[in-house]
Amino acid sequence: MTLLAIDWILLIEKLILIAIIVFASLGIALYTTFAERKVAAILQDRPGPNRAGPFGLLQPFADGLKLIMKEEVIPNTANKFLFVLGPGLAMTAALMTCAVIPWSSQVHLFNRTIDLQVADINIGILYVFGVVSMGVYGIMIGGWASNNKFSLMAALRGASQAISYELAMGLSLIAVLMISGSLSLKTIVDQQMAPGHLWNVAYQPLGFLIFFICALAECNRTPFDLPEAENELNFGYHQEYSSMKLGFYLFSEYVNMIMSSAIMASLFFGGFDIPFLDESTLAPNLAAGLGVLALLVKIAIFIFVFMWIRWTVPRFRYDQLMNLGWKKMIPLALVNMLITGAVILWLQGK
Amino acid sequence: MQARPAERKINMQALTNRSKEVSRKPISFLESLYLPAIFKGMAITFSHMFKKQPTIQYPEQKRPFSPVFRGLHVLNRDEEGRERCTACGLCAVACPAEAITMEAAERLPGEENKYREEKYAARYEINMLRCIFCGLCEEACPKDAIYLSETFAPANFTRKGFIYGKNDLLIPDPKTEPEAYAKALGKGEKTTASTTN
Repeated sequence: MTLLAIDWILLIEKLILIAIIVFASLGIALYTTFAERKVAAILQDRPGPNRAGPFGLLQPFADGLKLIMKEEVIPNTANKFLFVLGPGLAMTAALMTCAVIPWSSQVHLFNRTIDLQVADINIGILYVFGVVSMGVYGIMIGGWASNNKFSLMAALRGASQAISYELAMGLSLIAVLMISGSLSLKTIVDQQMAPGHLWNVAYQPLGFLIFFICALAECNRTPFDLPEAENELNFGYHQEYSSMKLGFYLFSEYVNMIMSSAIMASLFFGGFDIPFLDESTLAPNLAAGLGVLALLVKIAIFIFVFMWIRWTVPRFRYDQLMNLGWKKMIPLALVNMLITGAVILWLQGK
Repeated sequence: MQARPAERKINMQALTNRSKEVSRKPISFLESLYLPAIFKGMAITFSHMFKKQPTIQYPEQKRPFSPVFRGLHVLNRDEEGRERCTACGLCAVACPAEAITMEAAERLPGEENKYREEKYAARYEINMLRCIFCGLCEEACPKDAIYLSETFAPANFTRKGFIYGKNDLLIPDPKTEPEAYAKALGKGEKTTASTTN
């Protein structure tokens, strides 16, 4: 008796892949918090955390344990359901992005060819945008449900910032899509890997710059961390949160960072492509493994740059943020799009 | 908008020649993108990655004190291990913070190996919360009985714990505990003088 025409093995395979990717991203995020503190310290001529374990490597576990053991406080004027929903939504939205990222090419195991990508949907980029915009709800709901004016103001800031920068981000991306002609991340990466084709950053340097700046804004990273401006809003949208709910908010920022780094690496820096190496000459499994490694290295470099910027640049004023977003980024992205379109037309006409 | 009136020259004498005129130029488009300035800043922070860290890993490494550091008081003994203090009270008089109190007692026959002179301090207390570590007691002492060592008062949970009695202050006996005595003297300890010179 066949229940349904479902490839059960494929289902199991995907479930395992999802589990690996989610736990790996959480593990990496755990150590990104450690890296943040270390990078900050080194940029400021300090040694950073070095007491817990060798080189302080157990520090993230100590931090996590501390957050879990803390007393959980829900303010009695808060909307309980939404108050709990906020951090969960922030974390979910952050993790959902990883579904469409092509982590590497295929591996051959047990006579099966396994794609190292959870879902190669043909509207991958649109999916990413949809999920990323959902992350704003985490901030909005958390800030509103806290029933605290500072949290609410921070949430409003976060929402308006995300909306403003999403526009420029989308416009800068359209230029990339015009080159590749596809919305699937896998296709975009494959095109960049093809011989004779450079990484997209070579064709779209301005587009990449705009995308990168908007990614900083989307992740609420300095210099765009207005939703958590301590000096004006005490602590921002997660002011009333404690224990692991606060941990989820802080953690989702790091997961967001990893995911946006992965997206940037895939869109502009060839994804799992190893530069100056023809992967087709290697054994497929080896090539896939090296591909994952290459992507992780690229992600690590991006995360370092994120941190480097955080510990260099001060926070923008709110009007500066809006001016930059609406009056500089969007026109620049439009110009970039126009130039790309004109060049593509000119090349076709030749 | 009204034009700004011509800048008046104010003839004020400059204190240094480092003053610069403030530029009132409106920022250009490139500047308003903030990018050049941000790259400059990032270059500065990057260069800090290769700088020497001035950190001292405290419990393992300690910064040496200067040789003239004035720390916790020590009541001295002579070479034969007898207490030098005669409870004359000059240190208490000299103390600007009134941190020192003492009670004198007369030496009994048979105690010559404990006290150097006929009078000694039966009780000698310094309140470390009052003490300002000025070292005037050290200067006032005619018997070379009190001096300030190169340690500082450790933390305590009660105020009472900061009132140091004779047990806390007296230096170990050089005859019965020569090692502890040498350590208390602090000879051969690293000081800033020995590291910098």
